[in-house]
Amino acid sequence: MAILLLADHDNTHLSDQTAKALTAATKIGGDVHVLVAGSGVEAVAQQAAKLSGVAKVLVAEDASLAHNLAEPLAALIVSLAGNYDTIVAAATSVGKNVMPRVAALIDVAQVSEIIEVVSSDTFKRPIYAGNAIQTVQTTEPKRVITVRTASFAAAPEGGSAAIETVAAAADPGLSSHVSDALSSSDRPELTSAKIIISGGRALGSSEKFKEVILPVADKLGAAVGASRAAVDAGYAPNDWQVGQTGKVVAPDLYIACGISGAIQHLAGMKDSKVIVAINKDEEAPIFQVADYGLVADLFDVLPELEKAL
Amino acid sequence: MKILVTVKRVVDFNVKIRVKADGTGVELANVKMSMNPFDEISVEEALRLKEAGKASEVVVVSIGPAKAEETLRTALAMGADRAILVETEDQVEPLAVAKIVKGVAEAEQPGLIIVGKQAIDDDSNQTGQMLSALLGWPQGTFASKVEIGDGKVNVTREVDGGLQTVELKLPAVVTTDLRLNEPRYASLPNIMKAKKKPLDKKTPADFGVDTAARIKVLKTEEPSGRKAGIKVKSVAELVEKLKTEAGVL
Repeated sequence: MAILLLADHDNTHLSDQTAKALTAATKIGGDVHVLVAGSGVEAVAQQAAKLSGVAKVLVAEDASLAHNLAEPLAALIVSLAGNYDTIVAAATSVGKNVMPRVAALIDVAQVSEIIEVVSSDTFKRPIYAGNAIQTVQTTEPKRVITVRTASFAAAPEGGSAAIETVAAAADPGLSSHVSDALSSSDRPELTSAKIIISGGRALGSSEKFKEVILPVADKLGAAVGASRAAVDAGYAPNDWQVGQTGKVVAPDLYIACGISGAIQHLAGMKDSKVIVAINKDEEAPIFQVADYGLVADLFDVLPELEKAL
Repeated sequence: MKILVTVKRVVDFNVKIRVKADGTGVELANVKMSMNPFDEISVEEALRLKEAGKASEVVVVSIGPAKAEETLRTALAMGADRAILVETEDQVEPLAVAKIVKGVAEAEQPGLIIVGKQAIDDDSNQTGQMLSALLGWPQGTFASKVEIGDGKVNVTREVDGGLQTVELKLPAVVTTDLRLNEPRYASLPNIMKAKKKPLDKKTPADFGVDTAARIKVLKTEEPSGRKAGIKVKSVAELVEKLKTEAGVL
């Protein structure tokens, strides 16, 4: 039977997280149908149809689907579930929110955040903040899966799938959208950036974080990340957090500045291709995973780095 | 309004876990156990709502081994009013946990259930969403702010691009994220008092829930390690290495 892949989007753009989850879905095997649910999502459907490996795009348009609310979105997915033996989403904040709701409604145990497809019913996933990897086999009649996208390459373009309209399910009317406070930035997104520069508690203030980290990020065309300590202290917004409970990233280059390297942070970035650590403390655990370590005061070194680039 | 809070006994977040050499799991013998950090945040939020006059009673529930009583006592020492232990030695998957908590909710009739967004052992991030689905209630996941109104709750959620605020009809399920609050420590007198607070014991069978695993764990292994690289002496050397050796600039 076919696979249903939930598209991650903002009603205008298809997130590249979907192309990565598509790679995982393709490995599971079967025709992949992408579900684009939202309001005014024609452009998103066109983008999804172009992805190589997509057999069909299903579009559900309704005002209740405009803000990715879990209740109407889960109702829609459940209404389609009979046609599919596997339902997949990227482990984004939307996927993580809605998929367990779907799984419970169809009485299926979910497999969260897979990092490898071993076979059509067997997957690897990290536990204990990535300090152990489990190989799990689901015995369920249907599979509900979220994908840790940092572990999969994005599927290329080159497809031309048919686009079909499906009806939205009745809105359960339990929830409504109030407001969004989304950060707007010209910088690349953390989860798709080739280069990330992250700051930790050593930055000392939100002003210093901006003053020291951002110029280097601009020079490199890098996304900006932060440790949990820096976010908790208010030096950086929550959506910059890299780690076990924040974003899991795997860029080509990760530069950790003033980050000691708690296991919860390492869980979010240790699959980066090249890791650079800049820290005053020679004993900081971050150096144990860094390809290049520089023991120095970041306030001296980062302005120098900006000039050298 | 009564608030129900779930708590789980997990390996303390400061412990560096070890994978068993035979691949059957993670070493749990003689390892420090604590309340799941997100559940501490859940308990704290419930207590603050009670202190603000928005809730009348805070009931904590745990599903786990007999020793999970310690975790419940910690929640009682923080200030929860009473506890329910659903005792089982099985590893209970999130879906079965959600079914048991649904049974507890049907008996207790809370107006709000607060669940940690994930447990730091299996990192599943499923239970709260599954629970609200089974109850037919709305869900406010990854909460960084919870405001109770008249028959509704506004939840500000940490989402990928920033923050989203949703309005949910009560009763509802909220799952907690890191920035919601800073949990209090239990004082010694409160730890003593907690020993006398009521704690009911139940079993999964009392709620008619089968806890048999539906997902088979075939193997548990160490992640492929990463070796420490080299130390560079200067910014110039770093940039040089990144350009020529690593080829990432």
